Amino acid sequence: MTRPMRGIVHTLRDLARSRPAIRLWMGVLALIVLVALFGPLMAPQDAFAINPLAVLQGPSAAHPLGTDEFGRDLLSRLLIGIRPTMLVALGATAIAAAGGTTLGIFAAYGPNWLGTTIMRGVDVMLSFPPILLALLAVGFWKSGVSSLIIVIGILYIPHFARVAQAATLQVVRQEFIEAEHSMGAPYRRVVATGILPNILSPLVVQATLTLAAAILLESGLSFLGLGIVPPEPSWGQMIGTARGYLGQNPLYVLWPSACLALTVLAINIIGDALRDHLDPRLRQV
Amino acid sequence: MLKIEGLSIAFRTAEGLRPAVTDMSFEIAPGEILGLVGESGSGKTLMSLAVMGLLPPNAVVTAGRVLDQGTDLLGLPPEALRRRRGAEISMIFQDPIASLDPLYRCGDQVIEAILLHEPIGRRAARARALELFERVRLPDPARAMRAYPHELSGGQCQRVMIAMAIVCRPRIIIADEPTTALDVTVQRQVLDLLRELNREVGAAILLITHDLGVIAQTADRVAVMYQGRMVEEARTADLFARPQQPYTRGLIGAMPQGRQAPGQGLTTVAAAAAGTTRAIALRTPPDPSAPPLLEIRDLDKSYRVPGGLVPGARTVRAVDGVSLSIWPRETLGLVGESGCGKTTLSRLIMRLSEPDSGQMLFAGRDITHLSPKAMVPLRREISMVFQNPYGSLNPRQTVEELVGAPLIIHGEGDAASRQARVARLVEHVGLPRAALSRYPHEFSGGQRQRIVIARALALNPRLVICDEAVSALDLSVQAQVLNLLADLQAEHDLAYLFISHDLSVVEHVSDRIAVMQKGRIVETGPAEAIFAAPRDPYTRALLSAVPRIPGQSARSEETAR
Repeated sequence: MTRPMRGIVHTLRDLARSRPAIRLWMGVLALIVLVALFGPLMAPQDAFAINPLAVLQGPSAAHPLGTDEFGRDLLSRLLIGIRPTMLVALGATAIAAAGGTTLGIFAAYGPNWLGTTIMRGVDVMLSFPPILLALLAVGFWKSGVSSLIIVIGILYIPHFARVAQAATLQVVRQEFIEAEHSMGAPYRRVVATGILPNILSPLVVQATLTLAAAILLESGLSFLGLGIVPPEPSWGQMIGTARGYLGQNPLYVLWPSACLALTVLAINIIGDALRDHLDPRLRQV
Repeated sequence: MLKIEGLSIAFRTAEGLRPAVTDMSFEIAPGEILGLVGESGSGKTLMSLAVMGLLPPNAVVTAGRVLDQGTDLLGLPPEALRRRRGAEISMIFQDPIASLDPLYRCGDQVIEAILLHEPIGRRAARARALELFERVRLPDPARAMRAYPHELSGGQCQRVMIAMAIVCRPRIIIADEPTTALDVTVQRQVLDLLRELNREVGAAILLITHDLGVIAQTADRVAVMYQGRMVEEARTADLFARPQQPYTRGLIGAMPQGRQAPGQGLTTVAAAAAGTTRAIALRTPPDPSAPPLLEIRDLDKSYRVPGGLVPGARTVRAVDGVSLSIWPRETLGLVGESGCGKTTLSRLIMRLSEPDSGQMLFAGRDITHLSPKAMVPLRREISMVFQNPYGSLNPRQTVEELVGAPLIIHGEGDAASRQARVARLVEHVGLPRAALSRYPHEFSGGQRQRIVIARALALNPRLVICDEAVSALDLSVQAQVLNLLADLQAEHDLAYLFISHDLSVVEHVSDRIAVMQKGRIVETGPAEAIFAAPRDPYTRALLSAVPRIPGQSARSEETAR
């Protein structure tokens, strides 16, 4: 195993040992990831098979969670629909985190003119509601998982940049950064060992928030018909469609919503624990 | 009269109650000043908070009484206690600028305090506040009334705090490190003022400090606290003349007094308990005929400060035509009050900022305009020990990574040899081997400063800049670190630029001293000469303001012999 991989495994193992309650949530998240990976194999029925005779039914032996407006099996659609949602959320967060953190650190630690340029750009982007920009971008481009990842990822770069810039500004004022300079440390070392580990806490929190927000934005776009294109299911798109059938089959909207809420909750709780764990000062000995 | 009987305070923790203060008893008569000395963590601030009824929520009083004229303050309901605060018991805090509300004018804050406790009109209260500002000898009291806290200096803010504390003629004043944040000349004035006013007001003052000099100058009686217990109580003169307990003897011995005698270090508390003194390594004296290690010529650095409402920026000359030389194996002490440009100078020498003009020669080579890249090899030769041991260590790195950082940056040796060198360094500064895998927050201030020193020595530098290296440390820890620095100097032939505002520390360690005021060096010379016969009026003022403990001059003559 490569060194960073081993580091991640160790961190997760220590995290699981440190607090019993975290194990439960790690279990939940592991399950979600498993479903995302192997969902299509687990689906009991064809998720695209239309049955006009059994639309909007409640749970039954044939359809454990009921059926949608075309009589398709909801359980199967849920199991398949997780994949685009999770892909978009993780991919977009990764892009936002990498891009935003880099920009934020440059803005705070680089020359003044660069910082000003970056932060004004960030301000401009932040002044538009993300859904509007996403609508524009997806509308002009094409819909689908890859374009959603890129568009949502770019949209959340300013948020990360703001958090990273503010945190970096605080860190670079501290004496240990001065100490690194006085030892003749090159800039990349100062960033890698001095700045990055010390701004990790707010970034991890921001990442969990962005994951949740990206899922919601994906859902919103799919709901508007600009995200995942039917008949391909995604949780957000399902929630959007189900809203129209609240009267006929109230459970239809419940399943994807509950799954989405559980996923976001698990991510947020583990993110919080991870932040505490990564900070040696907060770690429980 | 304030009387404390058998007061014990404990912290609630997961493992049960952890005692922090145990069985404290003392009393203070009206008009008397009782000095409470102890190091950080000895429980002195907790004691004072208990008297004010302001204990943190996780602390509980487990036994004892706090009697103010026979009433037990601990038994009072919160509302009654609140009414007493300010009117009958008042407090002066450590950081005057932080203790005043930055959004209100100083005058209004004092008027507010008067109106809160006395049934008089605003106009009368204003007159009273103005009169008080005159009494605490604020220059231009009318202006101070209108000024916001940030517009006044630290000393002036502390005068405002004192005015606020005595405004209702309280019976008890608790002063918690009232002058620790102030410069020594200002400290002198504030302490004198406190003493003088107390003769009129007649309050019982509890003066909490870690500084024995302040106690010697101000208190009538002294109580010494150690690990939550009172170890000794005596009249001030008696305590300094005949300390009874080993801890007190250690504390007094740890105070730097006069020049460091060859081979004789400062007494530490542990050494005093064992009845021994601490020996330090003998060093080869510096050779003044050799070429200097570092030579600074006419160095200038100014900053532009935004003018606020006034258009245009103001220029502040932080370093103004400074010339200095440091010889190999020499300690040059640089003293001056806060804002005099000491730290700017050290940053210039480290090339962390660029000088406007002037020249710096290191071992005969001009380093003033070397590019950052060309500076890198030179950074092996000059290293720095920072002021704040809490801020100068990256909290995310282990001691091993921290101390090994210079080795990695300069590509020194392979992983195994680096590891061995780091282990030796850590041992060398007196830390256990187990420290290597631990993080900075697991160490005390003194231990952290040892880590910083180990890091500074990692590449065998020739010059170490100590910027207020011991200012944040307790007296006994300061003594240990000063002894360590002396040992290391002898062993590695180091030259130190020792920057400090503390004259007794500078006098103790330095061969030569440079006095800095407003960016200029006003006087340089051998330490003995400067302390014996200062020529510059500023040096004289600085020296006379240093709190001395009784019998000190006799003592330093003794060590000089």
